[in-house]
This record gives sequence, C-alpha cells and structure tokens, in this order.
Amino acid sequence: MSDRLKELLERGPKAINIGVQDFADSLKAQGAEVVQVNWAPPAEGDVEMMALLDELL
Amino acid sequence: MDDIKAKIEAANAEAVRRINEANPVLVDIAPAGEVIPGLGDRMIFHSGPPVDWQRMSGPQRGSMYGVAIFEGWARDADEADKLFESGAIRFEPNHSHQSVGPMAGTISKSMPVWVVENRTFGNRAFCRQVEPKVQFGSYSDDALQGLRLWRDVWAPALKKGLAGMGGLSLKPIIAKALQMGDELHNRPVAASSLFANAMACPLIEADLPKGQLIGTLKYITNHELIFLALAMASAKASADAAAGIDYSTVVTAMARNGTEFGIRVSGLGEEWFTAPAPKAEGLYFPGYTKEDGGLDMGDSAITETVGWGGFVLAGATGILALVGGTPEEAMSYSRNMRQITVTTSPHYRMPIMGFQGAPVGIDIRKVVQTGIVPIIDTAIAHRNPGYPIIGAGLVSAPLECFKKALIRFGGKYKSQ
Amino acid sequence: MCRGIVVRKNEYHDSVFLMRVARRISEQENIDQAALFMGTEKNKGILIELGYPARELEAVTPSDLILAVKARDEKSLNDVLVNLEGWLRAEPGRTDLPAVRDMGEALSRQPLANLAVISVPGAYAASEAQKALERGLNVFLFSDNVPVEREIFLKRYASERGLIVMGPDCGTAIIGGIGVGFANKVRRGPIGVIGASGTGLQEFTTLVHRAGSGISQAIGTGSRDLSDDVGVISTLAALDALAADPLTNTIAIISKPPGPQALATLIPRIQKCPKPVIVCFLGAKKEPAPAGSAYQKVRTLDEAAALALQSITGHLPPLFGPDDTRLKALVSGEREGMNPRQRYVRGLFAGGTFCYQAQQVFMDAGLVAYSNAPIAGNHKLSDGSMSREHSLIDMGADEFTVGRPHPMIDSRLRRERLFAEAKDPEVAVLLLDFLLGFNASADPVGELAPAIAEVKGEVKKRGGYLSVVASVCGTAEDPQGLDGQIARLEGEGVVVLPSSAQAARFATLLAAHIRRRC
Repeated sequence: MSDRLKELLERGPKAINIGVQDFADSLKAQGAEVVQVNWAPPAEGDVEMMALLDELL
Repeated sequence: MDDIKAKIEAANAEAVRRINEANPVLVDIAPAGEVIPGLGDRMIFHSGPPVDWQRMSGPQRGSMYGVAIFEGWARDADEADKLFESGAIRFEPNHSHQSVGPMAGTISKSMPVWVVENRTFGNRAFCRQVEPKVQFGSYSDDALQGLRLWRDVWAPALKKGLAGMGGLSLKPIIAKALQMGDELHNRPVAASSLFANAMACPLIEADLPKGQLIGTLKYITNHELIFLALAMASAKASADAAAGIDYSTVVTAMARNGTEFGIRVSGLGEEWFTAPAPKAEGLYFPGYTKEDGGLDMGDSAITETVGWGGFVLAGATGILALVGGTPEEAMSYSRNMRQITVTTSPHYRMPIMGFQGAPVGIDIRKVVQTGIVPIIDTAIAHRNPGYPIIGAGLVSAPLECFKKALIRFGGKYKSQ
Repeated sequence: MCRGIVVRKNEYHDSVFLMRVARRISEQENIDQAALFMGTEKNKGILIELGYPARELEAVTPSDLILAVKARDEKSLNDVLVNLEGWLRAEPGRTDLPAVRDMGEALSRQPLANLAVISVPGAYAASEAQKALERGLNVFLFSDNVPVEREIFLKRYASERGLIVMGPDCGTAIIGGIGVGFANKVRRGPIGVIGASGTGLQEFTTLVHRAGSGISQAIGTGSRDLSDDVGVISTLAALDALAADPLTNTIAIISKPPGPQALATLIPRIQKCPKPVIVCFLGAKKEPAPAGSAYQKVRTLDEAAALALQSITGHLPPLFGPDDTRLKALVSGEREGMNPRQRYVRGLFAGGTFCYQAQQVFMDAGLVAYSNAPIAGNHKLSDGSMSREHSLIDMGADEFTVGRPHPMIDSRLRRERLFAEAKDPEVAVLLLDFLLGFNASADPVGELAPAIAEVKGEVKKRGGYLSVVASVCGTAEDPQGLDGQIARLEGEGVVVLPSSAQAARFATLLAAHIRRRC
C-alpha cells in the first residue's frame, strides 16, 4: 500500500471530522476541505451491537 | 478493509444491482390455486411472518372468516371459527410462496391474483386484489361481494385484455407515477390512472360482453388503489431477485400480520426476525379513533423494502397531511432513509430532491448503527374483526427486528 | 460529422429531466446535438427528420429511452453514448444532500480525504478510528480514555498500512501548514516537530515562529506513544515521514521521558536519521546525550526550540537569552510591597505540559512543590482543590474538567481558583499560562483580566502585593492576536515572560528572593 502519511504531509489535510464541529470550522477557516459527520452514538449505545458493528461495518 | 467487511460490501452491491435492474411486467391475472406454487385446497396464505390461529390479530381473523365463507368452507363466521379452531385449515405466510397481500393479505385458491414477472431474472410474484373490506377484516356479505365480482367479472376481463397486449410493462408506469405525486403505497393514484389508461383499449378490443366490459372499465377507472397490488407484486418480484445472497445485509422483506412485524435479510435466507407489531400514527375516518386502531398489518411494506412508499415521501405531496403537513418533513423522511440504504435508484427519482434516486437497499447494519428505522406508509385496520378500513398513517419498523437479524448474521458469518 | 443512437428498454424518465440532461450533453465540446427522450411515435418522427435511420428505431416503443447524438468525431460520440448512465445521474451541484452520519457517507462526499479528525467520546473513538484506517485515512484522535490495548491495535494496524494514528489524547498537529485541533498560526519553515503533548507542540511551534523561523510539520503522537506498552509506533512513523519530507531540515521530538524499552527502540532510529534531531524529554534527569550521539538532548521546550533554530540559522535567537539585568530589576520591583507572610508561588495551568515543565524548573531551582499531578520528587496534594506551600496545579486534569469546560476553552475554572488562592495570605506569586490559537477561547486574557485586577486589589487592601507572572503561547497571526493579549496583561500589572519555562523560572527567582529575605 502506498505511504498515506507521506501523501498527507505533502498535500495537506482533506479531512473528515467526526465529533466537535469547531474542529471542522477551524480547518475550513484555514482553507482546508472538511466533511463534517453528524455523529451519534452507534446502536443507541447498545454495547453488544456496537461490538458486532465494529466487525461488520 | 477486513475480509468480511469487503465480502459484505460486495454482496450488498450485488443485492442492490438486482433490485435496481428488476424489470417487472404484468403477465397474467389468474386464480391463485392455478398459479401460486404450494397453494393447495384448504389453505389460506396471510400477510407478515408466520402466525397461528391463537396468536392471530383481530382483523386478520376477520379476514379469514371472510375467505372461509367466500370459498364455501363455512356458512358463517361461527362455522368458520370452529373450522379454524379445529386446525382443518392451513395457514402460511404469503412471503413463503412468492406472494404478497395487502393488510390481512389473505389469499385462497379461488381468488384471482396479479401475476408479475421479473423479465430480468425470470422470477414471478403474485399479489392479491386490493379492496377496502375483507382485507381489513370485514366479512359481511357486502364485503364478500367485492371478492366475487373480482373473481367472476373483473379479473377474467382484465386477464383477457392483458392476453391481447402480451403483458404490460410496469417499470415505466412506476417511474412516471413517482414523478406525479405517488409514493405507490398509500398513494398510487397516478399509477392507477396510468394503468387504467393502458388497459382501456385492450379491454375494448378483447371482445367482452358489454356488461362485463363496462363493469370492468368502471372498476379500473374508479379504483384509486388498484395499482397498489401491482406495486406490491413488482416490489416482491424485485426483492426476491435479491434474496439469498451470501454475506448480504440487505433487507429483502418487511411484513406484518397485526401481531408481529418481521423482516428477512438477503444473506439470512427465509428466516424471519420479528418484534411485536407497532401501532401506526395517523388519521382516522369519521367515527373511529386511535383506540380503535389495530396493530400494524400487511405485506405492503414490500414497497418500502425496494425504496418506495415511506422512502419517497418527499415526492408525495398529496399525502403530506399524513406526515405532519410540511414538505420539509416529508423530505427529511426521504433524506433519513438514504442514511440506511446501500444506494439510490437510477430509474426512480424525486424531482423535489434535485432528481435524487429513491433510497434502495436497506442495510441492517446501517439501521442498527444509526438507530434510524424504515418509515412505512400504511392503512389502518380496526383491532377487532368485522370492520373495513378505518384510517391511514405512518409507522416505524421496530429496531429490535434489525438487531436480532444482525446478531444472527454475526453468528452465521463471523466464524466462516 | 457522425451520429449514433442508444436505446434503453423500459426506462422511463420525466421529459423535463431528460431535456436538462440533453442540454448538458450538447454543451460538451465536439457535440453538435443531443436528443434524449422516450420512444414515442412523435419523437421517433423527429429523429427520422433529423436524419437518423428509421430502421434503428423500428423496435423502439414509447416505454424505451432514446439518446441520439450528433458529434464532430467518432470518439466524442462514443464517449457520450457509452456513458448514458453517468449523464442520467443527478445533476452536479443541484443535489439536496442530507447531513452526513457516518464515515462511508463522508468518504463518498470527499473521496480524496486523507485524514479523519475524531473527537467523539472515548468509548466510541477507537471504533471510529478503526473505520477510518480501514478506509485508508490517517487519524487525528483527539478523544482520550481510549484503552491502551485499542491504541496499540490501531497503531499497529496503521503502521502496517503506511498510515499514522496521532493520538489518542492528541490535541495538536500542523499538517502542510494547516493547524488541526488546538494549533497556532505559524509560518511554514524548515523545522519539523513530533510531540506527545498538544501544549508542548503549541509552545514549540510558536517559539520557533516568534524567532522568525517556521514549521514544516508538527505531528502529535498522543500522550502514551512513548510508553513501553505502545512502543513509539507513531513517533517512528512520524520520524520516518519527516526524514523523507523535503521541507524539513531539522527534527525535534518532545515528550515526557520514554519507557526504557521504548527508548531503546527509539534511539537507534534517531541515530540513523539523516537529519539533525533534537530530543526534548521533559522531566528527565539532567544528562546530555551520550558522546558520539547523532542527536542533542534537552529538557525544556525553550531549549528545544532554541537548538532547532540554531541548527537552521547557526545562532541562538535573543528570545531565549534572558537578560539578567532586566530580570533582576523586575524581581526587585515585584517583591516590593509584599508582606513577610507572603512566601509561596501558586501556579494555575491551562496546559498540562506547562504544569509539568514548571515543576521541573522549580526542582532545578531547588524548590519542592505540591501538585495534583506531581513529577517524581514533588508532593501530591491530598485534595487537588486545596493548595499548600508552592503548588503547581494542572487545571485541565480530569478531576476538574469532568462535566466542565477545559480551561483552554473557558476560564471559569481558573477564575474560581484564582480567587481562592488570593484569599490565602501566604500567597506571593500567581503563575499563569495563556494559550491562543484555533479552537482556544476567543479571548483567554480578557476572560481572566478582571479577576486578576480584583485579586491584586484585594491583596493590596490586606497590606501586601500579589505578583502575577504569566506567559502567552501564541503568535501575532492567531485569531486572538498575541500582542493585544500581552498588552492587556501588562495593563493589569502582570509580568509577562516570552515562554512558560521562563515564566516558571522567573517565579522561582521571586520565590528564592523571598526565601532569602525571610
């Protein structure tokens, strides 16, 4: 697989922000491309389901 | 990406490819006993997951009375009741026999059913007549008269008309209707009208007795819900083509029997994953209230399963009243459904959403992940036997079904 | 000129929609005409009139979709005809996109994404990070409370795939000139830095900037990366990347002292690095790098910045050469007006690394301090909310911030503590830090300045003098503006030093002076 870290440093971040919206806003303010994910706890916090989803999704 | 995840993605891509490439064509209207595999004498098919007489909901029982009388197995409800108690009549789910039926979904051998063939994959699906009475649990003589006219007058006429045309392609009608304000579940008005247009000349050319011709023309031109049966059969023919794909987490059936809500998943074969049927939120006809409403019922959620009904509410402005009234609310339903599907339809689009395709391929993983459950348009039956339709509304599929299916899926595929 | 037809059986689309698609097709270069409609008799007639061969249209029914194109050359024609599916997709820019709820959806919006910035609660963070890595994204993991086993798994997974996990508990990075998380606006330049702590990176990068140089990349690793458990996985990935990064000439590594095994893994890799490396282990014993080492070893952020700058420019910038005469004058000025009971320094830190570094500076000056997060040799406060003698408090520690905003974002916690400390008649010096930059409070100094004025006034009323010593980590280009923040502090009589280490050192000078006086 190609060296994705090297590519990140060369091209700068194109980000997917999962969580605090401010982090996306500050990236945008600097001209970086960001997609904000409106995150909610998966499976309504059901631990068994979360473990399953980790393996399947 | 992990092996299993990659396999799931590939399987789901195949499942939605099959749904999207389905090409449903109405090829026949024929007595159920002659065309549906496995429907014998003294059998009644019903909507939803399997259920026995003891656990059967009020409206489904009422509909069973109607069918027993219609078939001549009983003279009245009391006799029918004894017959069912005795176990002399066998009940099986429509979905086990390539079939679907609205509300109680009752199908027996003498009832003509719509026969839809998926020309891409060669499979067939069958749907019962849509009528406002027996399927809701009414078994009065007046209600049964609707079944008799269908059997003796309208269905044979339509069969003859259809034979002259060599079948009727349904895909273009569905695509047009979705852009004319239909969502093809609670509101198939445009599609019904397009269907009547398509059938009118062939009926006239079919050389029918004048009385039968006029009666049938009146029936198809006044029946605003006639196309629901064709939408359901088309959906069933499309979804069945996507069933049984190993590793696929795509839902291939959602159905309710007034007692339980059940789903089937492509990679999990014919197994049902069930939860208690919820109650619809909706509007009731004069004289009825929410207290009277039965629990959610019918195979019609097969339309949502392939991306119509509640999934394309954004385009169905005519039934905004059912969803709270504003176009924004209707659009938010469609947007949410996109969150839990694998893809969108290239054929069925919503102009109001910038011509985005209908959301297609409910992924149980995404449902459990997001907690967003499929939204279903539905009619409402009374909770007791003996009533016609009493209302219409919206119902959310129970999350529990999807969780159960995901657990089974993990058990089946994780160790492989 | 050539023409061609494509027919798709049984595919209905609305005519207005088709007309718009046809217009988009006909706007393509070398396309003279495009017709896209259903195969009605009327439409077929139009095509025949336009010169399309009737025999190709014989089998077409009104349920079928026709695309008919006239183009200047064969290639342009075929490009359009084979891509009917693509043309029929929703029009670009007109889609009504829903909010994105998961990584997969986000990637379909931004297929070229290369970094996931994750700040969800710790219990969910590792799963999200895993999903990102599986999709080939590097990860900036701000969340903390991620179990160490998950961290190890994620980092190994990433390392096998040429990816990096910055974090968990990573506050800061500057990637290709773009600040991620709590970062300052600094010049791009030849110095690359790898740091286990966010505030450490902020201080280092701003000091480099203020000295006139710049930062190529600042890569966070998370606080546990240099533990023996994790084993420097991200630090090594970052080191390799900076060694290969054409903009980077000098590399600094900032961390608490690594575990012995981690150190044994790290050192040979540093030795092999083709670029100058400066290692800053905060809180480590005072000992230089072994003779013959290819790297230099220091113990404060200032020293690290100074050496990095020296390796670029050949000389130490004045920012780090404390003017002893000026300091002495300042010390005697601050001590005037203190009463004999005033003996102790109380440090209230927003940056955990600053608290840690200040303890080391105190220890080097022979001063033992209490702390809620003591370094070896210092005392742990039995109750973090009750200071005694010299106390250096990490106000961002979990004990204070559960359910309350971190002092880097909101000053309420520190303001309350400020008033509490000032009530203690033994307090002589308040030592503070302020952090500017993206995502920090919009006006960190402004939020505390009135409280500083008030406590100074109270102590004065009691017949004493409260010395307030501070540093501001930031640059003139930060949204908050360094100069204005400093001016506001100085306006309230606060002594502002150019770095947190220097502020701590100044506080020790004051404390020593007081001790001598007693």
